[in-house]
Amino acid sequence: MHELSLTQSLVAIAEDHARRAGATVIRSITVEVGELSGAVPEALEFAFDVCSKGTLAEGAALILRRVPGHGRCGLCAAEAECGELTAVCPACGALAFELDAGRELRVMELEID
Amino acid sequence: MCINCGCAGTGAASALHVHEHAHDHDHAPRAVRVEEDLLAKNDRLAAGNRTRFTRAGLFVLNLVSSPGSGKTTLLERTLRDLGPQLRFAVLEGDQQTSFDADRIAATGVPVRQINTGAGCHLDAHMVAHGVEAFDLPATDILMIENVGNLVCPAGFDLGEDHKVALLSVTEGEDKPLKYPQMFEAASLMIINKLDLLPYLDFDVERCKDFARRVNPRIAILELSCRSGAGLAAWYDWLAAGLAQKRAARE
Repeated sequence: MHELSLTQSLVAIAEDHARRAGATVIRSITVEVGELSGAVPEALEFAFDVCSKGTLAEGAALILRRVPGHGRCGLCAAEAECGELTAVCPACGALAFELDAGRELRVMELEID
Repeated sequence: MCINCGCAGTGAASALHVHEHAHDHDHAPRAVRVEEDLLAKNDRLAAGNRTRFTRAGLFVLNLVSSPGSGKTTLLERTLRDLGPQLRFAVLEGDQQTSFDADRIAATGVPVRQINTGAGCHLDAHMVAHGVEAFDLPATDILMIENVGNLVCPAGFDLGEDHKVALLSVTEGEDKPLKYPQMFEAASLMIINKLDLLPYLDFDVERCKDFARRVNPRIAILELSCRSGAGLAAWYDWLAAGLAQKRAARE
């Protein structure tokens, strides 16, 4: 459900940057969505159709770039991809696994006319 | 440049005419780098709240849980027990009704209800306006009871010092693993409704282990608002947090 307010922010950020660049229409919006961000890409897509109506982003392609979860163990220094939010090191089992990627929710780039 | 769309059209005419885009000058879209977090605006507003709260010497908690875990009951009990010593204010978040605010108002503590309508969480903007009615410098602890929801409030910073996640023993001990975002974001987990343990298969140690798997630093308290068991430790935790906040200000 919070994808609705995330998507409202997404459209506001895109419109703001597009206006400042003198755009009359946004062709595409590229967004990084971390696997561990808590946002569901399909829900963002669904909300985008609603939130972009009547804005510069109406009809724009929403390009969601998935970022896999990744972390490093503070104890054994193992690095690994991980598909769930956890502090358990997949290599040594210590509660020292620190995530360094996968939480992204960031508008990266626009294409405008 | 084309005056209609701002594109870099070629040919002398393109700067002058207003056209329907029938001509064939180059219409390759321009790329604009953005690199802005979706939560950036909320985070900015939350930082503003935090500065304001810190200046006022206010200790601020964001209470989160599923609906029905006992957030409001814990607040009522806390306000009644500590009301004489500490000055509280409460923000109540719910989609509809002022039932919770009415319960808090009955304790005599200043309260404001925020109805989010279709919204599933409080955000920093709602909190900024929600506290306008309070005399913040004359308040010790601000309790923000979030919308009952173990998913959405996790990502929205309100400017609080800590998120406190409640989990009642009727909900099952696997909640921290099922909803890891919330327990990872929380500084304290309260296992509530301890008086019901004899009637359930809830494994308290297993629940704590699950919470630490997503957040090794999480503090954990067990209590019952009905029997009063464990409340002293919660009150100590509040007093320590408030003292720490004040020390940091000086």
